[in-house]
Amino acid sequence: MPTAQIQTARKTLSPRVAVGLLLTFVSLAFALFGGMSSAHADEVGAEYEYAFSGNVQYQDKPVEGVKISVSGNGYDAETVTDAEGKWKIGVPEKEKYTITMDESTLPDGVIVAEGGSSVEAEFGLSGKKSVNFFLGQGERVVVSFSDQLIARFFDGINFGLMLALAAIGVSLVFGTTGLSNFAQAEMVTFGALAGLFFSTVLQLPILLALLLAVVASGAFGWSLDAGIWKPLRKKGIGLVQMMIVSIGLSLALRYVFLFFVGGSTLQLEGAGDAKFQIFGPISLAMSDIISMVISIVVLAGVGFWLLRTRIGKATRAISDNASLASSSGIDVDGVIRIVWILSGALAGLAGILWAYFRPGIKWDMGGQILLLIFAAVTLGGLGTAFGALVGSIIIGVMVEVSSLFIPADIKYIGALLVLILVLLVRPQGILGRKERIG
Amino acid sequence: MDILGMLSNTASWIISPTTIAYAIAAVGLSVHFGYAGLLNFGMAGFMALGAYGYAISILSFGWPWWAGILVGAGASVIFAVLLGIPTLRLRADYLAIVTIAAAEILRLLFTTMLFDEWTNSADGLGGYHDSFRAANPIPPGEYGFGPWMYNEKDWWVRIFGFVLLAIAVLIVWSLMRSPWGRVLRGIREDEDAVRALGKNVFAYKMQALIIGGVFGAMAGVVFALPSAVVPGSYVTSLTFFIWTIVLLGGAATVFGPVVGSVIFWVIMAALDNIIPALADAGILPITNIQAGVLRYIFVGVALMLIVIYRPQGIFGNKKELTFVK
Repeated sequence: MPTAQIQTARKTLSPRVAVGLLLTFVSLAFALFGGMSSAHADEVGAEYEYAFSGNVQYQDKPVEGVKISVSGNGYDAETVTDAEGKWKIGVPEKEKYTITMDESTLPDGVIVAEGGSSVEAEFGLSGKKSVNFFLGQGERVVVSFSDQLIARFFDGINFGLMLALAAIGVSLVFGTTGLSNFAQAEMVTFGALAGLFFSTVLQLPILLALLLAVVASGAFGWSLDAGIWKPLRKKGIGLVQMMIVSIGLSLALRYVFLFFVGGSTLQLEGAGDAKFQIFGPISLAMSDIISMVISIVVLAGVGFWLLRTRIGKATRAISDNASLASSSGIDVDGVIRIVWILSGALAGLAGILWAYFRPGIKWDMGGQILLLIFAAVTLGGLGTAFGALVGSIIIGVMVEVSSLFIPADIKYIGALLVLILVLLVRPQGILGRKERIG
Repeated sequence: MDILGMLSNTASWIISPTTIAYAIAAVGLSVHFGYAGLLNFGMAGFMALGAYGYAISILSFGWPWWAGILVGAGASVIFAVLLGIPTLRLRADYLAIVTIAAAEILRLLFTTMLFDEWTNSADGLGGYHDSFRAANPIPPGEYGFGPWMYNEKDWWVRIFGFVLLAIAVLIVWSLMRSPWGRVLRGIREDEDAVRALGKNVFAYKMQALIIGGVFGAMAGVVFALPSAVVPGSYVTSLTFFIWTIVLLGGAATVFGPVVGSVIFWVIMAALDNIIPALADAGILPITNIQAGVLRYIFVGVALMLIVIYRPQGIFGNKKELTFVK
């Protein structure tokens, strides 16, 4: 695997030893003697009147050859520190820029101890600004490829189970009403936000709050059906129109969430807990384990419901042939109502679990996985609940494992490509039947 | 409240480059959806190809501005063909999901650090204006009247945008009254009937997808001309706004998308002026940030209401939209 990236993890050895560190030169010095210092530093962007500068030292000794880069506002530049550990980069505008130190160019056993290797910097009153990184003793731990593969595979199963909760709702709604529901993304976000509301605003114990959030999500699903989808079905609105209505609904709800919670990332209680080693390379947080157990139990419950109960059987009958089901005495509207409640509750649960997995709650968090949900549903077979489960786990594992080979910021691309390829080769999906394609 | 300032600000949006860019994209989408019945939800992807094709050609390869535009158009043709081959034979809603996924793939590729050398990743590209401005025939100075006072650079962007928009409208108008346009509308109404007449339905749909896609790329160029290219602009919301514009004006009309874009942006600009002013004056009990968000909620609600109650749009004929089932 030549393209495999060596993932690096950081371990600070001892805080006491690490205090020996760093250095810092004050901005004033550069503001006053800017001309002088630039004579030494390997200066980039000298033609601009604004400049960032810094001095990289470790245990009072300058560190030479460390790569520093500046980016932002459509501008990019990089330089390396000189023999005195100094660097300076000119920038065209007096704006906010991101300054990054390339940790791999630091000497062995030295890392950026605090604040991270990438910082945002803005100018004060003057046109010069010094930016310093605090170095400390530590090591970058290299994890073996097979261990990473196992860990990612396990993460992928967890992510896939969570996707499945949301995807089954999409699939059941599509099967019974023919609607590709884009607003499912917002039902996912709703669950997480409801959990946040009950646990932080109402100060309920976290487990009770999350249980109430799932109930509220089910009620939300019911109200969407009663308030929007049922009247539209009665009105005889076409499926394409319904799909566009769901897009409008998705847009409106997304911005309603932004209106009320703002653009920041919020956390549920217990999110981002410490991970502990289960066995071998797999280490999980408590929330991960609980999340997987809940997903498996709920998914098994939905499976049992679909296969063994009267209403579950009626749901599958409607998915197969709605008019035949209706003429055999099945209350189609009643079943669709239950499907919407179930879809809302499952999506809400998925939202809560995802808030722990990411971790964090954001107004557009549902929109970020909407296409993965669609990819999972299409891969498994539109309208088949068990197909959605299979598709979700494949997509979840693929997304996590593929980030070993491609940069993490494009790890969703694989899933989206699968979506397109499935439609090319086997549009009915893994478990779908051919006549659904039309 | 500075009512005059608000009116002037709102009026300036009638001919803003953004309005023109959205209008061109909407004309392209009307070819896809209104005339061919194709559910293209990847307009943001076509626009991103136009904008990045233009900016990268100039910045990385040092080509002149008109070559950049041709590169953007070429990229959108390739994108349309790649999208169309797997999906044009399938049911309509599959095309919707594939196009939206493809547009997201493009956005992620433009955002990733992997191609930072050419795309400058999340920070986007800027500073590619010299070549286009050098071709400006307008002598330096301030021109116009009332709210529409601009310098020669701003007018050059607007006039160029208008020319592209006029060409797009002219092409759609003449195509749709040609035999080709009649076949295309026939496909929209009943694909099997047209196939029974011996027409190659797949080829017609593909041609429509390419033509609308090139318009989308041109919209991306006009969008990029006055400012910068940032990958965060080409999200799915952009596509949904263009859908709102097309459905508002009338999907199967020549001028509907253009008028739709003007109405959309004038209302958006008016809300952007009025709501914060009301919030400041204490009439609406919301913060300034909330005031900025409120108008996007209205867009979503408006999209729902238009589709439910007037899917043919302001200027459309209901008979033209019976295919939307």
